[in-house]
Amino acid sequence: MFVLDNLTKIYHHRSEPVYALDSVRLTIPRGSFLAVTGGSGSGKTTLLLMLGGLIRPTSGTVTFKGSDLFSLTPAQLAEYRNRAIGFVLQTFNLVPYLTALENVMVPMLLNGTAAADRRNRAEALLKQLSLDRRMDFFPRELSIGQQQRVAIARALANDPEVILADEPTGNLDPSLSVEILDILEALNREDGHTVVMVTHNPQAARRAQTVLQLSAGRIISEKAVAPTGTAAASEGSRGVDKSN
Amino acid sequence: MPFSIGTIIWREIWQRKSRLVSGLMAIALGIAVITGIQTVTTVSRQVVAEKLDLLGANILVLPQAASLDDYYSADIDAPTFPEDYVERVATSMLPGVDNMSPKLSRRVKIGTESIILTGILPVNELASKPIWQASGLMAAELDLACATATAAGAPAAATTPIDPAKKRPVIDSLAAAEAWVGSVAAQRLGLTAGQVVTVEGEPFTVTHILPETGTIDDSRVFVHLHTAQRVLGTGTQISAIEIMGCCSAISDGLLAKLRNILPDTRITTISHIVNTQIETNRLMAKVSVIMLVIIVLVGAISIGNYMWANVEERRREMGTLITIGFKKRHIYRLFFVKSLVLGVIGGASGYLLGTGAALILGPQLAGLQVSPVFSLFVWSLVVAVGIAVVGSWYPTYRAARMDPALIMQEQ
Repeated sequence: MFVLDNLTKIYHHRSEPVYALDSVRLTIPRGSFLAVTGGSGSGKTTLLLMLGGLIRPTSGTVTFKGSDLFSLTPAQLAEYRNRAIGFVLQTFNLVPYLTALENVMVPMLLNGTAAADRRNRAEALLKQLSLDRRMDFFPRELSIGQQQRVAIARALANDPEVILADEPTGNLDPSLSVEILDILEALNREDGHTVVMVTHNPQAARRAQTVLQLSAGRIISEKAVAPTGTAAASEGSRGVDKSN
Repeated sequence: MPFSIGTIIWREIWQRKSRLVSGLMAIALGIAVITGIQTVTTVSRQVVAEKLDLLGANILVLPQAASLDDYYSADIDAPTFPEDYVERVATSMLPGVDNMSPKLSRRVKIGTESIILTGILPVNELASKPIWQASGLMAAELDLACATATAAGAPAAATTPIDPAKKRPVIDSLAAAEAWVGSVAAQRLGLTAGQVVTVEGEPFTVTHILPETGTIDDSRVFVHLHTAQRVLGTGTQISAIEIMGCCSAISDGLLAKLRNILPDTRITTISHIVNTQIETNRLMAKVSVIMLVIIVLVGAISIGNYMWANVEERRREMGTLITIGFKKRHIYRLFFVKSLVLGVIGGASGYLLGTGAALILGPQLAGLQVSPVFSLFVWSLVVAVGIAVVGSWYPTYRAARMDPALIMQEQ
């Protein structure tokens, strides 16, 4: 689904180049669940945002289903994000003055979904995530676990092929984290969504099929996760190809 | 109502009412100030225009061959032209002609004194001689002033029939055997009101001694124009027409238009009066423009400041919307529609506030009877929306160009 070829992102800090990503080569197959781990500044969020077409690489390419993402116009990239990608963020980023239902309907405003279908789809998603009694609540009226579930519903609004999750459990307590990870896992296993999840949490990472570890912008390890939840070193397995 | 981008805009405005109020206040107060000033200024212009008209006639129509010396010396052989030239101007419906006073002047001997006998049409003459009115000679109310003439859309010509209801009980008639005598002439001839003076063999009862004006009028004896024409044997000839012209109309080429109507005459302005009128009008117009510019600048800065704060406050929201797939045009729409709403509400409330203040404060502070200027409502909306759109342009531009990646990394 994604092919990252020699991907490099350089920022400049006080005229000194800082490598956020350094010559990353990676293939992410359709239907995979990839966890990206690493310390602060390792480049994991940069990698995620690049998959979402939000950051342009300094060099290298990101190919999505055979098309070079960054040869698209800004308007085409916006359509790509709207149709193919669902973002789940650590701070949920719900629009504070819209209800849960309206937040879920926002992405559907942009792709021509009919008004009635928007409402039906949003209601169905919220029901699926056990929020059918919270549809008309504003984010401030929801618990943080409920807010993250609304954010997941919004990410699923246009039935995207890919879920990009940036520290989705970062603000949640352990039981809520498990709940959210269960949802992401189900989306991957049952519905076939490709999930790329950035996380600091090793336990969360073990819910993925593959764990990728970054350091200073480079992939330093890639491990396939055994079904029991213990990670086993398996370079190049499950279609994840690491090459620095 | 189905959920739409319009709902997002409305919800954001409604959910942040307190912040909206500060933004609206900036526009509404700005518009209120300028509307109030404009309302008072519009009335003031009319008052000033009327007062400027009271300076008297400002255009002089003389025979082609006559000089100003001829006009003032009123020699026996001074050139004349037909009285029906007055009718010609009146029927042309030329805008900006407030009043015309035709006159025939000739130097005559009264006793041993050489005095200028001047034939006038008393109503028209009084209209152009405000200082005479102060002495009890009252003019009929003419449709004076540029503002009123423009508003009416038609000039008030000298021959416009005067509504008797508008006339006050005044001395405005001059019968065939009556005369008004200037103060200097009265002194030289030893005349007082009620006495009889003989001019060219005809007796005239002096009905009024005119107040001192410091002009050549003080040395004249005035009789009715048609009596003067008969006594002097000139037929229906006159020496001059004094015209009260609207000063803005003079600026707009009134003289040239008069010359087209009366090609064989010499038309000149009484420059000190015209200059005063034009300068006063220019000054008032400049003050209005300066006020407008200040208000537009202050309003735009206030709105810009509010919108800037709004954009900053909504950085994360904008970043989120961009990750969801919002394009630049969607972001522009969010902010520009909001600024339009602010402009319309701010403009309308500013108009009401400013007009209300002018209606209440105008009579108290300036002694002016102020009435609402409804055309300012449209003007207020246009200016307020303009201010809001201009003021929010840069903040909106920034919002649309926000880097969502940076916003995500700010979390």
